[in-house]
Amino acid sequence: MGFPHAPHAKETPVLSQYFGDPAARTVAGWKQRGGYAALEQALGMSPADIVNVVKESGLRGRGGAGFPTGMKWSFMKPGDGKPHYLCVNADESEPGTFKDREIMRWTPHALIEGAAIGSYAMGAETCYIYIRGEFTEPLTVMNAAVNEAYAAGIVGPNAMGTGKRIDVHVHKGAGAYICGEETALMNSLEGKRGNPRIKPPFPAVAGVFGMPTTINNVETLAAVPHIMNRGAAWYKGMSHSNPKSTGTKLFSVCGNIAKPGNYEVEMGFPFKDFLYDMCGGPTPGRRFKAIVPGGSSVPIQTMEEAEATLMDYEGFVAQGSMLGSGGVIVFDDAQCMVKHIARFARFYAHESCAQCTQCREGTAWCTRILERIERGHGTMEDLDTLLDLSEQMTAKTICVLSDSCAAPIVSGIHKFRSEFEAHITGKRCPMGATAAA
Amino acid sequence: MADAQQVSLTIEGRQVSVPAGTSILEAAKTVGVLIPHYCYHPGLSIVGNCRMCQVEVEKMPKLAPACQTAVAEGQVVHVYADRALKAREAVLEFLLINHPLDCPICDKSGECELQDYTYREGRAAGRLQDPKRFNPAEDFGGDVQYVTNRCILCTRCVRFMDEVAQDTALNVSERGDRAVIGKFEGRDLTHPWAANVIDLCPVGALLSKDFLNKSRAWELDRTPSVCPNCTQGCNTILETRDNMVVRMRPRSNLDVNHYYLCDEGRLDYRWMNRTDRLEAPLVRRGDRLAATDWDEALRAAALHLNGKRAFVLASPMLSNESLWVLSRIMKHGGGAGGFRVRREPEAPLPGVPDLARRAERAANVRAAELFGFAKSDTPLAGMQEGDVLIVADHEVAAADAPALAKASAVIVIGTTMPELVSNAIVALPSTNVAEEDGTFTNLRGRVQQYRQARAAPGMSRPVWWSGGDLLVFLGERAGYYIASEAFAALAAQQPEFAGMSYESLGFKGQALAGQAVAAGGAAR
Repeated sequence: MGFPHAPHAKETPVLSQYFGDPAARTVAGWKQRGGYAALEQALGMSPADIVNVVKESGLRGRGGAGFPTGMKWSFMKPGDGKPHYLCVNADESEPGTFKDREIMRWTPHALIEGAAIGSYAMGAETCYIYIRGEFTEPLTVMNAAVNEAYAAGIVGPNAMGTGKRIDVHVHKGAGAYICGEETALMNSLEGKRGNPRIKPPFPAVAGVFGMPTTINNVETLAAVPHIMNRGAAWYKGMSHSNPKSTGTKLFSVCGNIAKPGNYEVEMGFPFKDFLYDMCGGPTPGRRFKAIVPGGSSVPIQTMEEAEATLMDYEGFVAQGSMLGSGGVIVFDDAQCMVKHIARFARFYAHESCAQCTQCREGTAWCTRILERIERGHGTMEDLDTLLDLSEQMTAKTICVLSDSCAAPIVSGIHKFRSEFEAHITGKRCPMGATAAA
Repeated sequence: MADAQQVSLTIEGRQVSVPAGTSILEAAKTVGVLIPHYCYHPGLSIVGNCRMCQVEVEKMPKLAPACQTAVAEGQVVHVYADRALKAREAVLEFLLINHPLDCPICDKSGECELQDYTYREGRAAGRLQDPKRFNPAEDFGGDVQYVTNRCILCTRCVRFMDEVAQDTALNVSERGDRAVIGKFEGRDLTHPWAANVIDLCPVGALLSKDFLNKSRAWELDRTPSVCPNCTQGCNTILETRDNMVVRMRPRSNLDVNHYYLCDEGRLDYRWMNRTDRLEAPLVRRGDRLAATDWDEALRAAALHLNGKRAFVLASPMLSNESLWVLSRIMKHGGGAGGFRVRREPEAPLPGVPDLARRAERAANVRAAELFGFAKSDTPLAGMQEGDVLIVADHEVAAADAPALAKASAVIVIGTTMPELVSNAIVALPSTNVAEEDGTFTNLRGRVQQYRQARAAPGMSRPVWWSGGDLLVFLGERAGYYIASEAFAALAAQQPEFAGMSYESLGFKGQALAGQAVAAGGAAR
C-alpha cells in the first residue's frame, strides 16, 4: 500500500496531518497526538451544546451534497423513546474519490472519535460504519482500531468511564455503488437489497430499522474532533471565499497530472494554484483539457472554468460544476472526451439499482448511444436525443444516480461538442482511441 | 379512521376533499381523473419506482409522484401540465426501448396498461437505434409464465408474494437494464394464491398458462359474478367468448376478497361449459325418459308429489333463490332435506384478514343450512320410506344408492342427469351459475349477486323458476320469472333477508341481518 506524499507548503493538513504515520493508528499513538481529548470533553457537555458547536463551525457534509452537519444533527429529537442510530458512510465509491480511504487507513481513531461524539450528540447508542466492500485494507485497519477502542474502554457500554453506551460496529458492504446513497445504505445494512428508499419518511424520522438515523460521511465526522479541540471559530476561520464554506477539504486528484494524490486545502483555495502548483501541472508536453472536480457525478469543467474556480461549495457551482466528493479527475489534450463520457455512463448503467424507469433504461440507453458515437456510427440526432434523455433523467427519480449519469453527458456535449461532431462526421475517433469493449 | 381530518385541494380544476394522508393519485380517482401508473397498486406497499404518475403540483419545484405524495390543504394539481406530460411520455419511451412491440401475439394486448398509456400519452415512434435487450421466457411454476422481455420491473408481483401471500418466492435479480424478476433458488409460484400476480402485472410479462393464446382481450364479454368454488364468496368477473367461459378473474371487493382470487377457484370454471347437459324436461314413458314440454313435466312432477312427503337433496352450489324455492317444496308436504359438501384443506391468504380458500368447496352452504337443509356426509339418512326424492343438482354417490330404494319416486332437477339414478320419473333441466342471475350467501352471511354470463342450454331454467312453477302446480302462490322477483319474495318471507333487494345489494353485497362482520372486512 502506498504512502502519501509530503504535504505541500500551501496545504493545511488537519485531517491529513498523520497520513503516513503508522503510529497514529493505535489508541496510544492517537492519544499521544492529542486524540480522544475531544471525546472526553464532549461527553462532559450536553448534546445540544455539541450540536451548537458543530453548527457554529459551519461544517457541511463532505460526501457530496454539502448539507450543514449541525443542522442535520439537530433533526434527531432527543427523548423520543426510540433508539437512535448514527451511520457512517464509508462506502466511498464515487469514481475519482479516495479521501475516506486514506482517513480510515491512517487515522481510524479520528473517525471513531468523531463518530462517538456524533453518537452522543444525537442520542445514538449504536453507530454503524458501513465500509465499501472493496476496501480491504481500510476494513482491516478499522476493525483493529474499533477492537482496540473497545478494549481501552473508549467505546462500549461505559464509554470513557462516563457510564454512557456508545457501540460502534463495522459493516462491510458487498460492492455496490448505490449503497453509498444513504437510504440504500440503510437497506443494505438491514440485509435487504441496496435500493434507495422513497422519501418521506426521511432518515431522521425513520431510518435504519425504522428508527431515527443520521448518516454522515467519514470526512465530515473525522473533522468533528478537531472542531471540538480547537473551537468553532478556528474552523470557521478557514474560509477564503464564501462564509458558508468553512474548514479544510480533502481533494483526491487523479488522471493526467504530474502529482496525483490527496491534498487538503482550506475552503476557497484557488483551483488554478491547486492544479498547476500543488499538483505539479500537466505531465511533460501535454496541456490540461478538462476537469471533473467532484467525482464523476458532477458536470465537467473546461479549463477556463476550472482556472477561475475558488475551491468551495459555491465556487464550483459558480463555474459550472459542483464540489461533490472532492474527487478531481484531470484530462489532458491526448484524451478523447467521448470515450471518457461513455465510460462514465457505462459505470452508471452498471450500477443503477433498477428501480426507477428513467435510470434503469436511460443510463443503459445513453451508454449505447455514446459508445456507438465513439465507434464512429453516431448521428447528429443522437446528440439531441442524448440531451433530451438527460433532461428526463434529471430530478425525476428516487435518488440522484440518473442525474449523476446525465451531468457529465450534458456538460460534455455542451462544452466539448466539437469532439462529438468530429466522431460523427469523421466516422471514427479522431484521437485514435476506441471505447473499452 | 372515521374522524380523520379532511383536506381540500384542486385536481385538474376539480374540487376534492379527502381524508388527510390520502395520496394525490387516490384523491384524483375520486373525481374521475386517472393518473397513469404502473408500480402503484392499492393493495400493495408504495415503492414509487415506475415514475409514471408524475404530476405538476403548484409551488413544488419538481414534479411529484402522485402515488407517494400526500394531499395537502390548498394544493393545486395539474395532471396534464406540459412538463408532466413530457415526463410521462419519456417514461413510456424508456419502458418501450427494451419492450418487444409484439402486441399482435401478446395475450395482454387490449388490457395492457403499457399499451393503453402509450396510446394515450406516448410518442408516435421511439428513437432507439440500437438492438433491444433479450432475455428468454421462463416458467414460474403454478399457472404463471414469465415473459422476461415484456417486464417493466414494477415489482407488483414481488410485493404481492412478500406482503400479501407472505411467501417470498420472487425477487429482482441483477441491476440496471439487466434486471429481471427472478425466483429464489428452488422456489416456484406454487402458493395457492400465486396466480394473482398475473392480474397484478400491468403488462404482458406474467401470463396465465391456462389462458395462453385462448382469446384476444377485446373478444371477451365480461360479467360480474361470484366464485362458486368455496364458501368465501370472492367477487369475480366471468369472461366469455362465443358463449364459453374462458377465464375467471377477481373483482375487487374490500369487504370480501380485496383484489384477489385463489388459483384453485380461478381455474375451476371448465364445468360451466359442460356439454353433456339436460336440455329439455323429461318424463318417464315406460322404460325410458322422453323429452317433453315444461307443462307436462311439471304436471307429472306435481302428480307424484301430491300428498306425499318430499325429501330434497339440494346442492349447496345453488343460489339463495333456488334453495329457498326448494325449501318451500320440501315444506309443502312436511318433508325434509339435506346436502353434502366436499371438504379440502383450507388455504388462507395471510396478507388479507379473513380471506381463505375455505375448506367447504361450495358457494352456498350457509344458505342451504339457513333454509333447513341438513349438512351431512350421509344426507339421505333422514329420508323416510315412501318419500318422493328430489335430487336438485346434487351428486349421488355409491353410498347413497341404498337410500334411493326407499323413495316412492325420484324427481331430478339439475344441469346433468346424476349417475346411479336410473328410475327418475321426471327430470327438469336447470342452469348453472354462469347461466342465470342469482345470489349466494357466503360463510360470514354476506349476500352477493351474480349475473348471467352465457346463454342457458336448450330449455333449461333456473331452479327458482322451475321450482316456483312446480309450487304453483302444487297450489301455492309462487311463479317467478326474473331473479329479482324471486329474491324479493324470499326477502319478504325470510327475516334474515328483510329489506334486501337486488338494488340494495349492488355488486358489493350486504350482510344478513345480525351479521355485522363481513368476511375480509376487518381492515385493509
